[in-house]
Amino acid sequence: MRFTHLFILLIFFIFSGCKHKKLTLSKIEGSQIQITDSLIPDSEIEAYIKPFRDNIQKDLDSVLAYSADTYSKTDGELNTAIGNFMADAVYDEANPVFKSRTGHEIDMVLLNHGGIRSILSKGSVSKRTAFELMPFENSVVVVALKSQQIDSLINYLVRAKRAHPISNLKLTLDKDFNVIEAKIKGEPIKPDKTYYVATNDYLYNGGDNMTFFKNNDSLYVLNYKIRNALIDNFMKKDTIKPVRDDRFIQIK
Amino acid sequence: MKRRYFIQQASAGTALVTLGSLGLQSFTSVEKTSKITILHTNDVHSHIDAFGPEDGRNANKGGVARRASLVESIRKENPNTLLLDAGDIFQGTPYFNYYGGELEFKLMSKLKYDAATIGNHDFDNGIDGLFAQLPHAEFQFVSANYDFSNTIMDTHTKPYKIFKKDGITIGVFGLGIELAGLVDPSLYKETKYLDPIEITQDMSRILKEDEQCDLIICLSHLGYHYRNNQSKISDLKLASTTKNIDLIIGGHTHTFLPKPTIVKNIEGKNMLVNQVGCYGINLGKIDFYFDSDKNKSANGTSIIV
Repeated sequence: MRFTHLFILLIFFIFSGCKHKKLTLSKIEGSQIQITDSLIPDSEIEAYIKPFRDNIQKDLDSVLAYSADTYSKTDGELNTAIGNFMADAVYDEANPVFKSRTGHEIDMVLLNHGGIRSILSKGSVSKRTAFELMPFENSVVVVALKSQQIDSLINYLVRAKRAHPISNLKLTLDKDFNVIEAKIKGEPIKPDKTYYVATNDYLYNGGDNMTFFKNNDSLYVLNYKIRNALIDNFMKKDTIKPVRDDRFIQIK
Repeated sequence: MKRRYFIQQASAGTALVTLGSLGLQSFTSVEKTSKITILHTNDVHSHIDAFGPEDGRNANKGGVARRASLVESIRKENPNTLLLDAGDIFQGTPYFNYYGGELEFKLMSKLKYDAATIGNHDFDNGIDGLFAQLPHAEFQFVSANYDFSNTIMDTHTKPYKIFKKDGITIGVFGLGIELAGLVDPSLYKETKYLDPIEITQDMSRILKEDEQCDLIICLSHLGYHYRNNQSKISDLKLASTTKNIDLIIGGHTHTFLPKPTIVKNIEGKNMLVNQVGCYGINLGKIDFYFDSDKNKSANGTSIIV
């Protein structure tokens, strides 16, 4: 009995002896290798990617419309042709979707000036143009705002003094930046009326400090990417010819 | 744990046993050493093609086909190599918009990635969009702190995976960032985010004690460090508040480090935190050398970065 115990113990010890032979971590070497053009690309991987790349490029570069001029977000103080185009395109494309789902109409659109990510160059317009203008995946959302929140929205625009893209909202300021006219769809803003404002999910969530969206009555997620709205709009038009207008101006 | 401790204590104090085990040494090669190479990427964001020569910041850098040949040459040099990714595989080029991540996963499979964790952008086509691409991924997704049990991803990820290379047991576990406020809830649905520190305490114990790992690696998408929000969990914070992890491979913050960061863990032991920027511009390479020479190990592990 005792001998058996001793034997088991011995086996235990032998086992533990082996355990001690276990390798231990002695050295760690860390480095970083840059992937540069000095590396020869793997030809099999390259060949595998090619049909995907070709297909994307063909689709991205197929001409959808023609831009009459080159438009930049810097050519205008409080509104720009390119911003007006984007906000109007969102209105035109998202309103039928919103109406079919809710029975309501979008009253106005607000995007952000920083969200115009490139110029719109004169000449051929393709899907690639839409990817350049809007590389982000943000989607259209419609927010129901009370007139008090519309006031906050207008105050924000007045303070920002930037050409944030708007559609169906008209704002006129005097030389001291007081609002002398504010209309939605051509009508003065009515107290206690609910306005359906289309924007994108980034701004709805407080992007660019647009905090007025959050105390909303309700939110409608359209699952419709801003970029796709632009593409759909390109496909409907032969010529893109937006203008800077009087939707947001200051009378000096 | 206790049993092992007892065995080691007992063997240390018994001369007779040392004699007994000496006989066995002739079977195991005394001079045996092992080298394990860990290669890693993070935040590749669908950057399959290299940047063009016109790119303002990363001209002529990156590209999966180049990475493939680099990985291949390193594997030839050391077959005991693991290739890992710390998340945000998706989103950033039209490849994702057109194919939803299919090509990203297919290429990672061709490069023989061993494991990846899930980044916040991997939910950009919704949890269903991620699930739909899983058939193209021939590597394991590890995520210990996302509870997917009420989602379509249930059973399709593991908290950790064990690899055995040249007699060395390597445990790789994954951690994801808090999704609320970062990703639209309609995208991640009922994915539950669990506290990374608590989960890591469990993971490091399981991997060290139950799985007897020689090397423990955390694939993290928590972010390297938040200067303006010290209380936010990050790789540096996780490293200093936990134990038994040898390497944290990070992501999310697109941090370019001049070299891996050496951090003292909660026991005062040195370990590494690394991240290699983004867009497949760099490949991280960490070599772990294992040795049976007791003198060397008595002096501790030397870290050369």
